[in-house]
Amino acid sequence: MNAGLLADFSRITPALNVITDHERLRPFETDAFISHRAVPMCAILPEDETQVAAILASCSARGVPVVTRGAGTGISGGAIPSEDGVLLVLTRMNHIGKVDHQARTATVGPGVRNLAVSDAAAAHNLFYAPDPSSQLICSIGGNVAENSGGVHCLKYGLTTHNVLQVRLVLSGGESMTLGSRALDAAGYDLMAVVTGSEGMLGLVTEVVVKLTPVPEHVETLLAAFPSVTDAANAVGRIIGAGVVPAALEMMDKMVIEACEKFMSAGFPLDAEALLLIELDGVREEVADQLVRVEQVLNDCHAQEIRRAKSDAEREKLWKARKGAFAALATIRPDYYTIDGTIPRRCLPDVLARYTQLAEEYRMLVANVFHAGDGNLHPCIFYDATVPGEMERSEELGGKMLEICVEVGGTITGEHGVGVEKLRQMCVQFREAELATFHAIKAAFDPAGILNPGKGVPSLKRCAEWGGMHVREGKMPRADIPRF
Amino acid sequence: MQTNLADWIKDTPEGREADSILRKCVHCGFCLATCPTYNLLGDELDSPRGRIYLMKQMLEGEAVTEKTQLHLDRCLTCRSCESTCPSGVQYGRLVDIGRELVEKKVGRSVAEGTQRGVLKRALPRTGLFSAALALGRIMKPVLPKALAAKIPVKRTPGAWPAPRHARNMLVLQGCVQPAIDPDINAATARVLDRVGVSLIAVPSAGCCGSLPQHLGDAEAAHVLIKRNIDAWWTYIEAGAEAVVVTASGCGTMVAEYGHALRNDPVYAAKAAKISALFRDVSQVVAAEQERLSPLLRASTPPSRVAFHSPCTLQHGLKIRGVVEGLLRDAGFELTAVPDGHLCCGSAGTYSILQPELSKQLRGNKIAALTSGSPAVIASANVACMAHLESGLDGKVPVRHWIEMLDEQLAAS
Repeated sequence: MNAGLLADFSRITPALNVITDHERLRPFETDAFISHRAVPMCAILPEDETQVAAILASCSARGVPVVTRGAGTGISGGAIPSEDGVLLVLTRMNHIGKVDHQARTATVGPGVRNLAVSDAAAAHNLFYAPDPSSQLICSIGGNVAENSGGVHCLKYGLTTHNVLQVRLVLSGGESMTLGSRALDAAGYDLMAVVTGSEGMLGLVTEVVVKLTPVPEHVETLLAAFPSVTDAANAVGRIIGAGVVPAALEMMDKMVIEACEKFMSAGFPLDAEALLLIELDGVREEVADQLVRVEQVLNDCHAQEIRRAKSDAEREKLWKARKGAFAALATIRPDYYTIDGTIPRRCLPDVLARYTQLAEEYRMLVANVFHAGDGNLHPCIFYDATVPGEMERSEELGGKMLEICVEVGGTITGEHGVGVEKLRQMCVQFREAELATFHAIKAAFDPAGILNPGKGVPSLKRCAEWGGMHVREGKMPRADIPRF
Repeated sequence: MQTNLADWIKDTPEGREADSILRKCVHCGFCLATCPTYNLLGDELDSPRGRIYLMKQMLEGEAVTEKTQLHLDRCLTCRSCESTCPSGVQYGRLVDIGRELVEKKVGRSVAEGTQRGVLKRALPRTGLFSAALALGRIMKPVLPKALAAKIPVKRTPGAWPAPRHARNMLVLQGCVQPAIDPDINAATARVLDRVGVSLIAVPSAGCCGSLPQHLGDAEAAHVLIKRNIDAWWTYIEAGAEAVVVTASGCGTMVAEYGHALRNDPVYAAKAAKISALFRDVSQVVAAEQERLSPLLRASTPPSRVAFHSPCTLQHGLKIRGVVEGLLRDAGFELTAVPDGHLCCGSAGTYSILQPELSKQLRGNKIAALTSGSPAVIASANVACMAHLESGLDGKVPVRHWIEMLDEQLAAS
């Protein structure tokens, strides 16, 4: 451990919780992307922005990398530490400030749990709309870093559409306020740049989130289909019929069985695929949508359509959906979840190609995903104790993401790039775009200490991987050394 | 999670069990949200996932120190994480294994060791605890306020109906409960008597074994478990229908007798039988509800009640909503209790060993319980009851729900 750095930290406040021993550092070596691990040089749990700024100033002066972590629920490895760096854990900055029901905003610390925001706003009949599966525990700071989505983002948008303002501390320790409490802010939209920047541009120390009125009426439908293709067809046709459901989720047979086994939500076990559809709004609007959606479901050969009869029944269905990934752990010891997005009209074709790829690789793949916005989450099963299986699952996952790019989609829907998808960034973006990303990074973090090696690959690495686009036989950047 | 257990542990029964539990964990972090100590301290190391990782390291052969021990000590074993875990990780079993290994590898200072030794040996002995409590009650006026508050008021047991029914069940007397509130089991006997079941208490049975079990001393626990099995066995052979437990904390232990002694050549089968016959008192009463309900109809609804569901009831035994239903059926109005899944901080010996955290949790719990202005707080575990009482200053009485049902029956 760097003695000078430790001395700096002890001057910030004697009460600063700095962990430097290996025994207590190891539990921080990974987030929910457990195939990758690195034990940091030290971990710190700061309590406020002043401490964060002072820590960053020291690290910046000494050129020490800093990785930020919230609740550690990310699944692209964005919070995996640097071995020679400091891990800043913001879970103690969990103060819920003002809930302004007239402005429909809440001011919260980065460590506040996503669901705790909705709990705090419930008295005003408001809620915070983005709801990733981990909403029970994932932190708002992490949501901003990853631009998290969730089952309701089809209608209510991603984190970027639900955050008005953030306090950001730059790597040198300077604090700034981005965005505004008004709907528009002058100048460049730096809020949008920071949202989804995976801790690479600055540290978010306070967030003003937008709150949404709790809808007057909600209907949740479960539709069972005899084939994945029928269910996939229904997705595009529901939206095509002019209905934007609050949520439109799909799961295949393997997921249905795993959820049923662990959470007994009452899913029909004879179906090949399920859609969970939530409609919300004023009562008349929902009633009208319900008729149209049921018509589409019948046209698409739904074998069963069920309406949740009570709030308890609805909650049970969503609980099963949100716990799906953990329930999948019962199928094989390890799995790898992919996160790519495609235009929804391509759903039936892409899912068929995934099935074919899985057969080629002889690996089990389950699908549970946000069908409405085309955000796919194929889940590849493997056993980490069998040599080579993990690598094969990553290779298969990579190919699946490349199919997303091929059909006009993206390599991430909501999980971020982290360490997981660096290779696919080279497929998704060209040299000019990657260079612009690097220029933005340099403008925010000239010392280059924030979350190094994540999010955006260096041009050199893309060249090494051979992932860059080669046009007319001309290798771009021929001057970059290759290995 | 991928695991690679060290040679010294991997081929032992504990090692195999720990490995299968660890392999189920996917490190998703859901358990953090409902962990009482993570809520208070905001540190991964004071969360179930952090503790699982600390234990995994030790099992994988890394050096372990009092740092890991501290975070395991701070765990309440409330098993709220098990209710939240979508992957079925049996954290409670893992932490029992982990604690025992840490005890052996790290040890304790003389002061800590003595304190734990006294708790392990003295509390399970009803006579010793009763004597200490009696002395405490005499000394209460001159004791410091914090200590005096811990001493529960004396309660006298009502009549225990003589056995008269063909149907009979055994009841665990326990160690602390007869001293603090001997009327709980007597009330249970009276309620069951009304529905045609005689309840038998066997004097030679005593502490369920959970106190040493959760202090990392499985061997001492096994001695107590075997004593109870021996005490009950002739009654079970004679046709006792069930082993009823009125303190959910003891209930979780009795439910796990079969598991605890699964490798014992002599007692494994008997222990499994006891666990199969185990019933929490709420399960027994709920099964007789059809006979009980008409007996309660005549009475007028008495008061607003806040029910504190003990962790051992809702997370350990996974019995949820049953007592609440029985109380409503008896005419009580239940008030809303926010964060009902969180521990009150009693947690066996926790209130003695981790007084600061325990006090914070008690404060939060009392605020939640009293937020609906109840006339009475009901619970299902004597330790939680005594712990809550010590923080309430007599403002709201705390009762076992079966005593309230018993009174309703008597009034009807």
